[in-house]
Amino acid sequence: MSSFVLRAGLVVGPATSQVADVLLVDGRITGVGVDLDAPKGCHVIDASGCWVGPGFVDLHTHLREPGREEAETIESGALAGAVGGYTALMAMPNTEPALDNVALVSYVLDRGARTPLDIAVAGAITQGRRGESLAPMAEMAELGVRLFSDDGTGVQDPSLMRRALTYARPLGVRLAQHCEDELLAAGGSMNEGAVSGRLGLVGRPRLAEELMVQRDIELVALTGGSVHFMHLSTARSLDLVHQAQRRGLPITFEIAPHHFTLDETYCEQFDPIFKVHPPLRAKSDVDALCEALRTGGVDAVATDHAPHAPELKDLPFDEAPPGMLGLEYAASLTFEALGDAPDPHLFFSVLSREPARIAQLRHDDVRVRHSGHGGALTQGEDANLVVFDPHATWTAHNEDLHSHAMNSPYDGRALSGRVRATVAKGVLVVNNGDLV
Amino acid sequence: MDWHQGDLVIDSIRGQNLLTLNDLSRHALVEVLDTAESFVEVNRRAIKKVPALKGRVVASLFFEESTRTRLSFETAAKRLSADVLSLAVASSSVKKGESLRDTIATIDALGIDAVVLRHQSSGAALQVSRYVPHVRVINAGDGLHQHPTQGLLDAFTVRQVLSERAGISGQESGAALFQGLRVLIVGDIRHSRVARSDIAAYSTLGCEVRVAAPGTLLPADIENWPVQVVEDYDEALEWADVVALLRLQRERGSGSFVPSLGEFTQTFGLTLGRARRLRPTTIVMHPGPMNRGVEIDSRVADMACTVIERQVTNGVPIRMAVLYLTVAGSSGGVS
Repeated sequence: MSSFVLRAGLVVGPATSQVADVLLVDGRITGVGVDLDAPKGCHVIDASGCWVGPGFVDLHTHLREPGREEAETIESGALAGAVGGYTALMAMPNTEPALDNVALVSYVLDRGARTPLDIAVAGAITQGRRGESLAPMAEMAELGVRLFSDDGTGVQDPSLMRRALTYARPLGVRLAQHCEDELLAAGGSMNEGAVSGRLGLVGRPRLAEELMVQRDIELVALTGGSVHFMHLSTARSLDLVHQAQRRGLPITFEIAPHHFTLDETYCEQFDPIFKVHPPLRAKSDVDALCEALRTGGVDAVATDHAPHAPELKDLPFDEAPPGMLGLEYAASLTFEALGDAPDPHLFFSVLSREPARIAQLRHDDVRVRHSGHGGALTQGEDANLVVFDPHATWTAHNEDLHSHAMNSPYDGRALSGRVRATVAKGVLVVNNGDLV
Repeated sequence: MDWHQGDLVIDSIRGQNLLTLNDLSRHALVEVLDTAESFVEVNRRAIKKVPALKGRVVASLFFEESTRTRLSFETAAKRLSADVLSLAVASSSVKKGESLRDTIATIDALGIDAVVLRHQSSGAALQVSRYVPHVRVINAGDGLHQHPTQGLLDAFTVRQVLSERAGISGQESGAALFQGLRVLIVGDIRHSRVARSDIAAYSTLGCEVRVAAPGTLLPADIENWPVQVVEDYDEALEWADVVALLRLQRERGSGSFVPSLGEFTQTFGLTLGRARRLRPTTIVMHPGPMNRGVEIDSRVADMACTVIERQVTNGVPIRMAVLYLTVAGSSGGVS
């Protein structure tokens, strides 16, 4: 294969960091140290002033293939992810048809293997994501599926969720739940509160999310199964999960950049770009999420990258599908949210190391066909790395997006911190901030 | 949270879109009322037509069935000598397989100056205004959000009645007659775009607004609204100078927010018994179409205190004023 040296960056390990070179040969880290001798023909990448860490792992990506290739493909989503610093993506199963059997999971894994990134697959918990009967989780687990989800909606029936957790437990897999009680959310299209009442939009109350979080915490306690809560968006949800984690329950959670950067007032202009489930919440929730992120109270940042064709975002607000793009700006938005003196260890923890642990994609995990992610940057690990420039400032422009879709809520926003290079599966995919 | 959009105040709708009453100043509201008053006389002439919008094209685009509002707008446009393109699109854009943007682009391609839009989705008028920035957009009702011309014609009707009683013209009175006026709005506040527009207009004009409704028919964030929720409906009827009833929006599922229509009538309908508590000067309003026997007893609807027909009549001059101000913009006065 090829060899690179990432020269003189701040190499961010799980606990400590040092300015050093990282030598990558034939898809592995072969050396970390000061002033390493680069072998002949080695590609030198200047990482001075930058953070060098494990490539980001997104626990929540909608790649839309099969079924909605006009919005995104596995290929286009992988490239957008690479630009965003990701080396592994967890493809969500709410495709058309849903990824609820080995044939469809194999299809996505095969297509994913042809992209520069590792594309892991979350299988559906229930057949067709209909929430009626269990999907063949054991068969999918044999293919390497470690996370299951009906995302788009949560599993509404508590009895079925209990059964799914009980069934999943001996398989060593985790259920990722989209927490919203749909009966309580009542077909609403934004956060229920001061803005929704005035705008005449039916609201999705916070309680719709928090009730399902509470329910599933108790189901985890009852069954011993593991749950990963997706895109938690309220202050109370975080409190509930923190309490459950203190009880020692096997529960993890993610928050999404749009929930810690945008609040419900962005819906004032009825622009469906800002429609998402769970909805953008009140400023107090946004502040609580940021506070938790800054103080190490968040397991993972995950994008909920949800591409939609432009015509679907030209529908009236209540008819438009929920979701927005996330892969290309998540790292910068997370960096900004970490405050004035961002901690690089925390940064790589929420974007890479914890997501890799939750997805069971680390070096020591039993992986079927993917390389190892979220590493400590030590010799022998697979070469999945990112070079992040904490001093860069730039502006998001929709025309620069690599996704097929354009539904980013950040067009024109000034950003700080930027992915300079991504090495995925031993290959330099992104350099100088763009695809090689 | 400011219920009115505090820093977005529009001081005149001349040459502007009319999407909501939330962001209009008192001056902007009075300007529409005064302009409408000058059009009332036109509607009493044998030849009910002025050339104010001659050669202008107004499209009326109704995604939701509404005979009354559509007729009222089209009558207004014609009395201003505008050409009217009338399109009834009584199906959702999703079902048609066409986006709102494409639908409006098609109409725009025919060459129009203004579009009067009725849509079942909140915010549709604002969205359309972004797609065709060169066209004036007049919201004729969007989902549960706003029905600005209804709010304006309700305020106009109140001012007309009160100024007649005072023996002055409405124009002379400006906003003075609204100062401290006690307005009680009753019924399905939650699902009513009329309530949202009425509350915006009345509160900006200086009225004291109270609402009466079953808890389920109030919006979840009612404490942010510039209104007081009454505890005793019967007492409030004695308090009110104006009682504005709302249609129970059965087609929006409001039926399931109360146990039965009968119970709603018992508790919040303007029954004959309750109507006796009204002071003789109290004005009773309803935006129509009425559910007789539900929110209003049939006999009450026909009593002298009601101004329901007058509201319908006033719809035309108000919509003439709105079309004239938004489309003709800053050019000259009415003649």
